Amino acid sequence: MISLSDIPARGGSPFTPPMFVFLLALATAPFWLEAVGLYSYLGIEITIWILYAMGFNLLFGYAGLHSFGHGAYLGVGAYAFGLFQNHVGVSLWGGLLAAVLAATIAGAAVALFVAHRRGIYFALLTIAFGQVFWFCAIKLRWLTGGEDGLLGIPRPDLVIGPLRVSLQENTSLHWFSAAILGLAMLGLWRLVNAPFGRVLQAIRQNEMRARFAGYDVWRIKWLVFTLSASVAGLAGGLFAMAQESAYPDVMSLHQSGLIVMMILVGGGLVSFWGPVLGVLVYFIARDIIGGITETWLLWFGLMFVVMVMVRPEGAAGLAHVVRARFARAPVKTPVSAPAERSA
Amino acid sequence: MPLFEARNIQKRFGARVVLEDVSLSVEQGAVHGIMGPNGAGKTTCFNVLTGHYAPDGGTIRFAGRDIAGMKPHRIARLGVSRSFQIMNLFDDTVVIENVMLALPEFRAMTFSPSRNVFIDRALTDAALEILAQVDLAEKAWDKAASLSYGQRRALEIAVALAARPKIVFLDEPTSGLGAEATRALAQLVRRLRESYTIVMIEHDMRFLFELADRISVIHWGQVIAEDTPTELMANKWVARSALGELA
Repeated sequence: MISLSDIPARGGSPFTPPMFVFLLALATAPFWLEAVGLYSYLGIEITIWILYAMGFNLLFGYAGLHSFGHGAYLGVGAYAFGLFQNHVGVSLWGGLLAAVLAATIAGAAVALFVAHRRGIYFALLTIAFGQVFWFCAIKLRWLTGGEDGLLGIPRPDLVIGPLRVSLQENTSLHWFSAAILGLAMLGLWRLVNAPFGRVLQAIRQNEMRARFAGYDVWRIKWLVFTLSASVAGLAGGLFAMAQESAYPDVMSLHQSGLIVMMILVGGGLVSFWGPVLGVLVYFIARDIIGGITETWLLWFGLMFVVMVMVRPEGAAGLAHVVRARFARAPVKTPVSAPAERSA
Repeated sequence: MPLFEARNIQKRFGARVVLEDVSLSVEQGAVHGIMGPNGAGKTTCFNVLTGHYAPDGGTIRFAGRDIAGMKPHRIARLGVSRSFQIMNLFDDTVVIENVMLALPEFRAMTFSPSRNVFIDRALTDAALEILAQVDLAEKAWDKAASLSYGQRRALEIAVALAARPKIVFLDEPTSGLGAEATRALAQLVRRLRESYTIVMIEHDMRFLFELADRISVIHWGQVIAEDTPTELMANKWVARSALGELA
């Protein structure tokens, strides 16, 4: 059985071949998306959700803390971005900063209440807090616009020094989001391969042992929850731009469950790349099956059920099995010392 | 002054008093045994001494500091380390990572995102050195879950040693081991006592009487006797209990 805790073959390197392939595909997407029968807005949506999913997997997959209310922080980020544009000033960096800050504060506050829990109690508390945020978004009409949400959020120009680029076009917003995702991905990759990532996994495997090895488990759980809320907030800011609006629906329990499903289908429990696969599978299924039948979610759900029964490690686990078969090697993780291998 | 001293420790869960009055004093470099029948409160005693539970009364001093009621990770950082009776390892990963995670130098770099893990020679060498002490160096890159039961018990001890502790608490190290493996473990403890102060709960009387400098007998949450193994065998309290017969 493979797991996230397997020693990564290139644990120390900041950049790996899969990253190159992924970033290349992301950067060139506007050129080929329409040729394969999709549309350019889908690229933005997928980019943003991958960002959200990768940050979420730090908590869900690496630390094993099963949050079912993470849509709240995506929503908080989106609202913060919109409110900043409407009340403070039209600014891209200002809006994104506000989105990240708001989600970080919300995440940090909730984490204070949930960090001493795990398992079902943790899950239930995250649901409860997620519902609180969702409910506030609907009820605080003067702030959030109620069920309609904030409409007409502008897409501010990208300003770097003397350079000013309009993000009105979907392609330019796609490249901007892709650049943000690229940076976030490099950061997350470094983090999970640094001692911090291994400590997160130690906490997932055995919280008590980690505590007796001298780790301040509460603080680390608090930190990872906050961190993943920050990433969700960043994704939320971009999402507000993409949609040119912010609305309560993304904070609902249903939407928070969706990200969990994406992680599981993709294999976030066994691979850094799991969330990417999960998001791709979801959106492509939505657009392709959705083009054929209105009941596409039923088929996606069935796919999910079959996946969990046949290959609980998700798409990433499937990729692992296929690769091992092609290499004609038994499906066993390499266990030789990486130091020896590189020598 | 003793390295570790607990006085009049009390612990109750609701109306149930588990530890009535436990006092324990361990000198630097000693091996201190704890024995007693099932349910006597031995493991609870360990859990209180290492911070898993806060005591309801009494004092615990370690290296001159009062540690009663401190959080386990703080006590661990002071140099108190423990193994568990029920295996408590990081099972998804390899043997060496179990040990690396417990190294104080690894813990110190928890928040250094530029540091590496498995390609850091200093870390792997330190972990291999610890593993060599329990004869697991050759298994370093195997999955922890793939080890035999005896090897897992040895790894449990290695994780405790990796903290470079001033005192090690071993909770029933021979639990579930066959005669052969118990002998091997006795060898190991004999080697470890050269460099560590050890407190050990043990059911296997032969094992304990052979290795311990002093033994506390706990029954009904109280220390009913405390002495050297030789003296203890002559003690009428112990002799009259089933424990005496075993010894």
